[in-house]
Parts: sequence; structure tokens; C-alpha cells
Amino acid sequence: MSYIKVNQELVTKEVAEKLIKLCPFQAFEYNDSILSIHSGCRICKICVNKGPIGVCEFIESKQQILDKTKYKGIAVYIQQQDGVAHPVAWELIGKAKELARITNEKVIVLVIGHSLDRIAEEALEYGVDQVFLYDDPNYQAFDLERYTNVVEEFFQKHKVNIILFGGTLQGRSFAPRIAARLQTGLTADCTMLDLKENNDLLQIRPAFGGNIMAKIHTPNHRPQMATIRYKMFSAPSKVKPFGIITKEPTDSISKDSHVHVLSLEQKPKGKDISEAEVIIAVGRAFKKEKDLELIQPLMKSLNAEVACTRPLVENGWMDPRRQIGLSGRTVKPKLIINLGISGSIQFIEGMKESELIISVNNDPDNKLFAISDYAIHGDIYEVLPELNKLIQQVWSQRTV
Amino acid sequence: MNIITCIKQVPGSSKVDVDPKTGVLIRDGSNVKMNPYDLYALETAYLIKEKYADTIVKTITMGPASAKKVLEESLYMGSDEAYLLSDRAFAGADVLATSYSISQMIRKLHPYDLIICGKQTTDGDTAQVGPEIAEFLGIPHVAYVTKIEEVQEDGILVRTSMEDHEEQLKISFPCLITVDKGTLVPRLPSFHRKQRFTGYSIQTFSLKDLEDKDPSHYGLEGSPTQVEEIFPPNKKRDSISIKGDKKTITNSLFEILKEKKYI
Ligand SMILES: Cc1cc2nc3c(=O)[nH]c(=O)nc-3n(C[C@H](O)[C@H](O)[C@H](O)COP(=O)(O)OP(=O)(O)OC[C@H]3O[C@@H](n4cnc5c(N)ncnc54)[C@H](O)[C@@H]3O)c2cc1C
Ligand SMILES: Cc1cc2nc3c(=O)[nH]c(=O)nc-3n(C[C@H](O)[C@H](O)[C@H](O)COP(=O)(O)OP(=O)(O)OC[C@H]3O[C@@H](n4cnc5c(N)ncnc54)[C@H](O)[C@@H]3O)c2cc1C
Repeated sequence: MSYIKVNQELVTKEVAEKLIKLCPFQAFEYNDSILSIHSGCRICKICVNKGPIGVCEFIESKQQILDKTKYKGIAVYIQQQDGVAHPVAWELIGKAKELARITNEKVIVLVIGHSLDRIAEEALEYGVDQVFLYDDPNYQAFDLERYTNVVEEFFQKHKVNIILFGGTLQGRSFAPRIAARLQTGLTADCTMLDLKENNDLLQIRPAFGGNIMAKIHTPNHRPQMATIRYKMFSAPSKVKPFGIITKEPTDSISKDSHVHVLSLEQKPKGKDISEAEVIIAVGRAFKKEKDLELIQPLMKSLNAEVACTRPLVENGWMDPRRQIGLSGRTVKPKLIINLGISGSIQFIEGMKESELIISVNNDPDNKLFAISDYAIHGDIYEVLPELNKLIQQVWSQRTV
Repeated sequence: MNIITCIKQVPGSSKVDVDPKTGVLIRDGSNVKMNPYDLYALETAYLIKEKYADTIVKTITMGPASAKKVLEESLYMGSDEAYLLSDRAFAGADVLATSYSISQMIRKLHPYDLIICGKQTTDGDTAQVGPEIAEFLGIPHVAYVTKIEEVQEDGILVRTSMEDHEEQLKISFPCLITVDKGTLVPRLPSFHRKQRFTGYSIQTFSLKDLEDKDPSHYGLEGSPTQVEEIFPPNKKRDSISIKGDKKTITNSLFEILKEKKYI
């Protein structure tokens, strides 16, 4: 067993206090002049490396070393419903292709369901090397137990090095089940992935509510598994298909199931700003409801959704579903343009993960500028009409 | 009916900073609390208990001795029994090793019909422990349950909320669910119950009490994933200021949008 040994002869009250403070996981306990480490310890070795010298020591035990050359290929699991893939799958293919170039691996796609030919063709258009289909009437609807059996069978047969899952609600419930079945690691909600020369996957993910980032690896187990949220990565452009499609037998895979779907209701569809790629967010700088019309041309040309701060909901100008922030929606668009918003903490919490942030404000001290990629010092009542003119020019050029 | 609820002690605040020079986490104090999502797991269990007589709610946690605090809290809220799983051999456990340890403990608490976990924690934040416990026990699970509709002889009817739809499902016993907030309002610990539990001692299990005593299946050794490094998120953006008369700044804005291929 690998563990951290505490050399008690070096422990004084001061040393103990120092280590207790240093440990990010509060794993030290100091009782009766004995400093002990309990199960909270993550063996992060901060106490060994940054603590008083010699007090804590890392004792490593020898583990059996895995033959990593036996596992090949980066697999992407495609979540689908009624023959339509969840778009996160294409984004994962994009990432898988990037990683595959590093060590010259194949990109493999795994699809489970019924009548999957269209999805298989589509996957090939994204430039994957191989598609494995587990097509069976019993797989028409997602079933956790049956689908887990399939992934197990897939891995036993193809010995892939990596399997990536979309971090959808379904994926977040499904992937851990498989990880436990295959006795391997699973890193949740990765925001970055990289591949080492030896085919070890480096997985970076936020924890503690996004306050810290952890770099995680799976040095001695295969497959290496990760879930990745929708819209973290980009789908690759389509290519002339070159990969092959293989239909796998499903007869011998157990189809036992203990969960039955009794009914399924679609949630009412309102325009959901959490899904929007481009957002124009408006704030209290707009003096009248009618002034909001100023953003129409920009919305149209950017194909954007409009969102707002809370005061605009409170005075009835906007639907509550369009409010960004702690008491509204969290958004993560590729582009957000903030018009006349001061950047309260409640607002910023709901949009700070946006990819490109542009803000227009006539007060240089507003708090949004500091987190913006572009801080435009200006009056919305001057900038918007001017911008609309430029947009009109583009449109008229197009129609000519 | 026998219900087991799993709870975890987490840092009182997820506000942590990382010293950029030393890479050390700076966290305020030693204050800890029950994972807020686990309050809903407990409340779900208590509501079932209120409705169906002869229900016993056992609450368990894996953690340091100090995690007895959250177990006590659960007793004062409505749990009938509480158990702690604690051993130095569990240090460094990732999700797989944590779930395996908890599943080993649950085997000791046999028989059970329903296991209830929170949706996720506020520290590790993986939402993976529930499903992995279920797999290790070989029982079905359903995640993100927002409502228990009915408890039947052989199973339970639940409602779950997914991104774009809601489902009503029936799961056969024994099974595990992870619960989302739904419409639940967790109850507070009661003084009355606190008095009732004076003198109750929480039973502690350690490695030697489990069926599988091989230390290499637990803790760091039993953990496929390893945290290689912890660092602060890169929150800073190189904010570019654009100033000038209205024509200049509007042109710049327009050019940015064009350059980024939005117009
Ligand atoms: C518990 C709680 C929860 C909350 N939750 C949310 C939430 O989820 N979302 C949310 O948005 N708020 C929330 N709020 C409210 C929040 O604190 C702020 O009051 C709100 O976000 C401010 O909105 P604003 O930026 O539009 O308005 P203001 O703060 O009034 O800012 C207007 C900005 O426009 C600029 N401006 C004015 N005129 C012009 C002009 N002509 N040209 C350019 N710039 C101009 C000003 O310089 C100023 O920076 C919450 C508050 C509380 C107490
Ligand atoms: C920064 C950081 C990142 C990490 N990332 C990963 C990772 O990606 N993959 C990985 O395998 N490990 C990871 N770990 C380790 C992991 O956080 C711990 O192993 C932890 O025990 C797993 O639980 P969680 O907090 O994620 O729980 P979750 O899976 O979010 O918890 C869900 C529910 O399970 C139950 N539960 C969880 N823990 C316990 C417990 N100790 N006792 C009783 N019930 C419990 C509760 O009902 C809880 O609501 C990480 C650790 C750190 C510090």
C-alpha cells in the first residue's frame, strides 16, 4: 500500500499546526502529540514537498505494470435517440482526431441502438477510421443495464485505449456504471485533454465549484475514460468518408433490465439562452423598452439570442428565462456582447465562462470590463445606431 | 422497507485559492458541513418513512472520524441508525475505490431495498459515486430523481428530469437512486430527536470489518485515477480597451465581429 508516513520524532506542536494548515484536504489530526493522517488524504504529496522537511515521507509500493501496447485506439461513444446523435458526440470526435494525431492512433466510434445506418454514415463524414454498430431492436431506447453490457463486450473485444463520453445527464449516469464494470478510472467533466507519448491521457477538470483545476491521469488502467460537457470542444469539418462500418453481433449479450420507462414527456420548449451560441445581453443602460429595438439588426446578423440582467426582468421588459446570473441562467456562448451592464457579481457568475466577451459601457470603472476580451468605452446610444449602419451596408452589398 | 442513505462531509465553502508560486491550496479554516445535495437524499428517505410504516433509514458516510458530525446531524433530522466507514487504508481513494469501499460497507448492512445518494458533491463534484456503488452491488440505478411517485411491493416509481424531457420510471428493488433537488425542502435537525439520541454511539467500520480485506483494493492503491497536479484556473483575459470617438470604436467593434467570422 502506498501511503504518507509521518515521522513522529520530528513532530512538534508547531510542525503539526503547519501541516494541518498546509493540507488542502484537512487530512491531518493531531491528538496526544501524535500527528496522524486519515482517509481524507488524497496523497497529493503537498505535505511531503512543501511541508517541514523530513516530517512526511511518501512510501511507494510496487504495482504490477500494465502492458500499454495492448490497448489501441480512441473510442467515442455516440449518444443517440431515435437515430439522431447528440451533437456532443461530433465534438468528441473532433477532439479524438486531434489526440489521435499525437500518437498515430485510430479514431473509433461506438453506437448502440436500433436502425443506426444514418448515424454511422454521418460519423464517417466526420473522418473517423472505424464505426462499430450494436444494432438490435432491444436497444431502441436507452437502457442503462443493457447498454453497459454492450460497452463491456465492446471493450473486451477491441481493447481500446480510451473511451470518451458526452457529459450529458445520461452520459454522467452511464459512464460511471461502465467504469465500475471495467474496473477503471473515469474523470468527470474534463475541460482539456492531452495525450502523452506513452498513450497516457492527461485529463484536466475543474473541482470545488470551479475554484481549482486538477490534472488527472490513469497511469495503470485501461480503458482511460472521461466525460466532457457539451460545447467544450468543436465538431470537425466534414470530409470525404474513408472509414469502415462494422455491425457487431448482439445475440450473446445479456438483455436483462430492471428499469422500465413508463412515460416520457417533452419539457415545454422556450427559447433557451443556455444553449445559445451567440448572446446579446442588455442591461439597465436601455432607458425605454422601445430602445431595445436598437439591437434588432445586430441580433439578426449574428443570429443571436437576447438575454438581460435582472432589473429588465423586474420591470417586465423581458421573460425571466432570458435572465443571466445567479438567480437566472448560466450561459456559455461562443460570443456574448454586453450592452450597458455594470457587471454585478450575480450577473458575472452566470456568464464568465463565455468564450469571447465583448462589453460596451460608458463608465470605465464598470466591473465587466476586467473580465472582457474587448472593453469598448462608449455610449450604447451612439454605438448601436452606428453599428446598424455598417450592418445595413453589408446587407445591401449582399443583395446587389 | 430498508433504506440506506449515503452522505459526505465537504468543506464549508468551496472558496479555495491556489498560491500561484507554491501551488498550495489556501482554504479558509477547518469548517466542514454536510454535502448540500445529500440533504435532499435524506429528505427523500424521511418522506418515504413517513408514508410507509416499518421503514428503517440507515445513514452512512466514508470519511475521517470527524465525519461523525454529519452522521449525528442525520440522526437528529430523521435517520434511525448511522454508520461510519473510516480507515487510513482508504486514503487517496478516487471514485472507483470510494464506491467500492462504500459498496463493501453496504453489503454488511444487508438487507436493503433502496439506496439513496445525492446528485453530486460540492468538492469532488463528479456525480459518479452513486452509479458506481450500484454497479459494485449489481443493482440497477436511476440518477437525477426529482420525485418519488409511489413505493410498490417490488419496486419504486420515480420521476427524473433530463435536459429536454421528464421520465417516469419503475425500478425493481433492490436499487439505487441519486436525487436532485426537485421540490424538496430539507428539514432541520430537531431538538427532540437530539435528546433521543443522547448516548447513541455511531458504529465505526474499518477495513478489517469488511468482507474484502485486501488493502490493495482500497485507497490510493485501488484508485485507477491519480491527481497529478492542482492549479488555479486561468480566469484572466487580456482585456483590450477600445477608446475613441463613436465612429472609431464602432468600426473596431465591427472589425472584431468580422474577423471572428460572426458577420
Ligand atoms: C440575491 C440577488 C440575486 C441577484 N441575481 C441576479 C441575476 O441573476 N442576474 C442579474 O443580472 N442580476 C442579479 N441581481 C441584481 C444585481 O445585483 C444587479 O443589480 C444587476 O445585475 C444590475 O443590472 P445592470 O447591470 O443592468 O444595471 P446597473 O447596475 O444599473 O448597470 C447599468 C450599466 O450601464 C451603464 N450605462 C448606463 N448608460 C449607458 C449608456 N448610455 N451607454 C453605455 N453604458 C451605459 C452604466 O455605466 C452601468 O455600468 C441579483 C441581486 C440580488 C440581491
Ligand atoms: C480536485 C479533485 C478532482 C477529482 N476528480 C476525480 C475524478 O475526475 N475522478 C475520480 O475518480 N476521482 C476524482 N477525485 C477524487 C474524488 O473526488 C473522491 O474520490 C471522492 O470520494 C469522490 O466523490 P465525489 O466527491 O466526486 O462524489 P460524487 O460522486 O459527486 O457524490 C455523489 C453522492 O455519492 C455519495 N457519496 C460520495 N462520497 C461519499 C462518501 N465519502 N461517503 C458516503 N457517501 C458518499 C453522496 O450521496 C453524494 O451525494 C477528485 C478529487 C479532487 C480533490
